[in-house]
Amino acid sequence: MSSEGQLNITKSVIIRNNSIYVDGNIIYEYFKNDNFLNDSYESLDNNYPKFYKMDVLGKLGMLATHLLLKDSDIENHLPSDVGIVLSNSNSSLDADIRYFDSVKSFPSPALFVYTLPNIVTGEISIRYKLKGENAFFISQQFDADWLHFYISHLFQNNKINACIGGWIESIDSDHDVCLFLTERKERKNGINFTPENLNNIYGLGVDVSNIKH
Amino acid sequence: MDKQELMQRLKEQIIKQLKLEGTKPESIGDHDPLFVEGLGLDSIDALELIVLLQQEYKIKLNNAEQGQEVFRSVSTMADFIMERQAKQV
Repeated sequence: MSSEGQLNITKSVIIRNNSIYVDGNIIYEYFKNDNFLNDSYESLDNNYPKFYKMDVLGKLGMLATHLLLKDSDIENHLPSDVGIVLSNSNSSLDADIRYFDSVKSFPSPALFVYTLPNIVTGEISIRYKLKGENAFFISQQFDADWLHFYISHLFQNNKINACIGGWIESIDSDHDVCLFLTERKERKNGINFTPENLNNIYGLGVDVSNIKH
Repeated sequence: MDKQELMQRLKEQIIKQLKLEGTKPESIGDHDPLFVEGLGLDSIDALELIVLLQQEYKIKLNNAEQGQEVFRSVSTMADFIMERQAKQV
């Protein structure tokens, strides 16, 4: 029996246009222009001092994952059973540019360590003590078909029982994040894990309970 | 600059360089351990402290082992800087 039919998207988080949505419902809006990431973190989480040292991708990943796993029972999964599969189009370009700028005066080790896109998967793993399969893919745009294929493959091969997946992009302080939690079991308001539903979540940030199963 | 002034300046520089948001200079004890306990700094922070010494005080560490002694606390950092500066005069 295919495992795919048993997979459900049990929660989603969108960060876009200085606003944050959980399961399609707006939970935070920011009307200033100076420090969306730090201010939203201080309003919504504020329990991880290392946050301030991270690059933009790391901060977005921390913020979105905190909201994704909040009130979930992710700790019931073995650490090795929770995967992380992320993607974006600009890789670590934002951190690369900042590091390049620092080289002109004095190269910053703290910036250098973020000059790879998959560092954010490591940061999430460290904070939430996750040890499952992880990957970071580069694609021109949010690729629901590929994310669905790869994550399904991990489930079908019994590599994972839950997965944090999605898209984390930021360039010139323009953030575009769509994270979703995929699990084997059904949850209240959960929807089937399909490319169509991933596109619906990414495109609209809608309440998953409003999407037809 | 005496040692007290240097330690105050170091605390402010450490907070800025290591992005220790929410930490005030007065909350860092002169002899508090900088790593693991105390400020809880990590290996990347150690590299940033080496950069701080080079950038702000034009001082290079001779070897990695030396760092363990130098970066034990703000007080040991200040002693090291003053010792090196005295040799440069």
